Amino acid sequence: MDFLIQVIWEGLVAGVLYALIALGFVLIFKASGVFNFAQGIMVVFAALTLVGSYDKMAAVGFKGFPAALVAVAIALGVMFVLAWLVERLVLRHLVNQPDIILFMATFGLTYFLIGFGEAVFGGDPKIMITQQLGLPTGSTEFRLPGLGPNGKDGLVLIQHIDVAATVIASLMIAGLAVFFQYTRIGRALRAVADSHKAALSVGITLNQIWVVVWFTAGIVALVTGIMWGARSDVSFGLSNIALKALPVLIVGGFTSVPGAIVGGLVIGIGEKLGELYLAPLLLGSTMGRGVESWVAFIIALGFVMARPQGLFGDKIIERI
Amino acid sequence: MKLKFILACTIGASALAAAAIPARAQDSVTLVTNAYRTGGFSGSGIPLGNGMRDYIALVNAKGGVNGVKINFEECETGYDTKKSVECYEQAKAKGNILYLPWSTGATLAAIPRLHIDKTPLLSMGYGLSAAADGNTFPWVFSPPLTYWDGASVALNYIAGKEGGMDKLKGKKIGLIYLDAPYGKEPIPFLTNMSKKFGFELQLYPVPAAEMQNQGALWLNIRRDKPDYLYSQGFGAMSPTAVKEAIKNNFPMDHFLGVWWSGGDNDAQAGGAEAKGYKSVTWHQVGSNFPLIQEIIKEVVDKGQSLTEKGKVGEAQYNRTVYQGVLITEAMRNAQKITGKKVINGEDMRRGLETLEITDARWKELGLEGFAAPMKVTCADHGGHNKAFVIEWDGTKWVKASDFIAPSIDEVLPLIDAAAKDYAKTDGWPKRSEACDAK
Repeated sequence: MDFLIQVIWEGLVAGVLYALIALGFVLIFKASGVFNFAQGIMVVFAALTLVGSYDKMAAVGFKGFPAALVAVAIALGVMFVLAWLVERLVLRHLVNQPDIILFMATFGLTYFLIGFGEAVFGGDPKIMITQQLGLPTGSTEFRLPGLGPNGKDGLVLIQHIDVAATVIASLMIAGLAVFFQYTRIGRALRAVADSHKAALSVGITLNQIWVVVWFTAGIVALVTGIMWGARSDVSFGLSNIALKALPVLIVGGFTSVPGAIVGGLVIGIGEKLGELYLAPLLLGSTMGRGVESWVAFIIALGFVMARPQGLFGDKIIERI
Repeated sequence: MKLKFILACTIGASALAAAAIPARAQDSVTLVTNAYRTGGFSGSGIPLGNGMRDYIALVNAKGGVNGVKINFEECETGYDTKKSVECYEQAKAKGNILYLPWSTGATLAAIPRLHIDKTPLLSMGYGLSAAADGNTFPWVFSPPLTYWDGASVALNYIAGKEGGMDKLKGKKIGLIYLDAPYGKEPIPFLTNMSKKFGFELQLYPVPAAEMQNQGALWLNIRRDKPDYLYSQGFGAMSPTAVKEAIKNNFPMDHFLGVWWSGGDNDAQAGGAEAKGYKSVTWHQVGSNFPLIQEIIKEVVDKGQSLTEKGKVGEAQYNRTVYQGVLITEAMRNAQKITGKKVINGEDMRRGLETLEITDARWKELGLEGFAAPMKVTCADHGGHNKAFVIEWDGTKWVKASDFIAPSIDEVLPLIDAAAKDYAKTDGWPKRSEACDAK
């Protein structure tokens, strides 16, 4: 029983982290109707800017929490400039183009950022500045009386960084939900998502909205990069994590912030249960497993067949 | 008169150019290596690329190998087998004397073509373990030891801790591995050993796309509670595994990686908490060797290196310095055997097949105590040489064992069987290459 609780906790943490990645996709999809293929590399780019800036400051003796805060400010500044450049050099020229053109543009952006990032930061993996940012490390063991094997006391291990990740991600998701629901920019953004032409006709500045949205996606990318980087390292391979957003978006819907959360949790917990309980049944106890990598897509496939727009996505109705 | 002058100048210039071309070609050979300084495996690829690059730069700065300079190039693959095949073809067109695939997948893709293209392949401590059988694979070389030797050294080390191989009975030994040809390579050997010595082998594959997302896999490990864990990881997989091991309170002194999981980047991710993490290796770490000091003086300090000075001597860096030594020693052998200064791929194969580095030779090279003596023979291209275990002390790798020999009696029958099996492939040629060894 204690192990099941541990698995569900780990699934919840993974789910929140997946939700963070998915959130970046949802933001841009809502604003421009395009699946931003570059979101994964934006996570890496933001995290590398943070760590790279900190390392430069540390090299001249400026270290610790103040330097980490300056590095965060630099990373945010770079993500703002990136958002502005994306709008100025790419999106502005593609207004009213078919979605597939915008999608392909994000492909181009991805490979540009990979090459540019490797030229600027090098291919060396970097260690996330977890402690310098004041994020907690270590773990706490919780004893659960009678919930262990054979009626013994159970044990659940909670990592402090996971708790911090869950709290930060939850606050960020809640903040964004409020922002989209109750602010003028949030409402304008939803109008843009429905129709570029209609939004323009009522005086919404499309370009400004895009900069805001891409910058917000950049902030989300930075938080995602910090949280995932703390669990591994910061390298270009981290962009693969973005693949995990696909099943989350399919489950939750491409246009819903709450959907990203619920989708993330469904996938996070589902894949952990699949790996830990389904795999031994399918493959035996000592066989190689690796079920985690595909079970998320099987769950997503089930959702596509039952509810194509996802749990919270807008139902698409086209008049003929 | 003017026309005659122009004609004379043209003929003269052509003659000079014609004379210059062979003169330039005669004092150099081309060596192209696959590299991955980009992508998810760059954490391992960069230090590996740097060690080799700096060593060759030093050799060239000292006049080359018996006066023959090495035109050294890298071909970026991003650890992608498809790109490796392109690199192989490009290198072949440039007259590459030795193929350095730097990936087991790329090694497997190249093996069927080597005897046709007359290009030897050096997969130093990686690749297809069965290819250590020189009679079946005369063009493939994998010294100083194969993955099966590495796994054997790891088991011998564990057995030493436990009090003997018989004490492994009933133990659980986990293999966490990259779900790719490289990662899977030790499975046949470990499976065989688990049956023979009665330990339970648990397999934990890490798909490449999940290298940095190993949460569920480590829950499995936490549930299964293996007594020891052997890692066949690479790139971003290894630092993530180290972090997950710490996070899950896995005893680090029972966590042991193959040499490619034992980079400084891999252990640094866990910092002081990774203390006790171990790796099998066959060469020393550190810059306290005359040859490494010479690299620092002649290459790094002169701004000709891509390496930060502080990273010279790290585990992966020194590993490709070792590879550089194997290559230049094989070139010397080839020059001696053939009497030619500028050798080709066929000559290089003969040089590799007669490769031997004694303790005395290591000392002459400025690497006394750097590695065990090693030898390649016509029948044995793997060497099955001795290795040892290094341990992360929280900030750096330190030597944690004496030299440990792989159990050749266990490894060789498997290699023989696997090589015979491979040779059943349609059209696989019987060895026709003469043996130069006396």
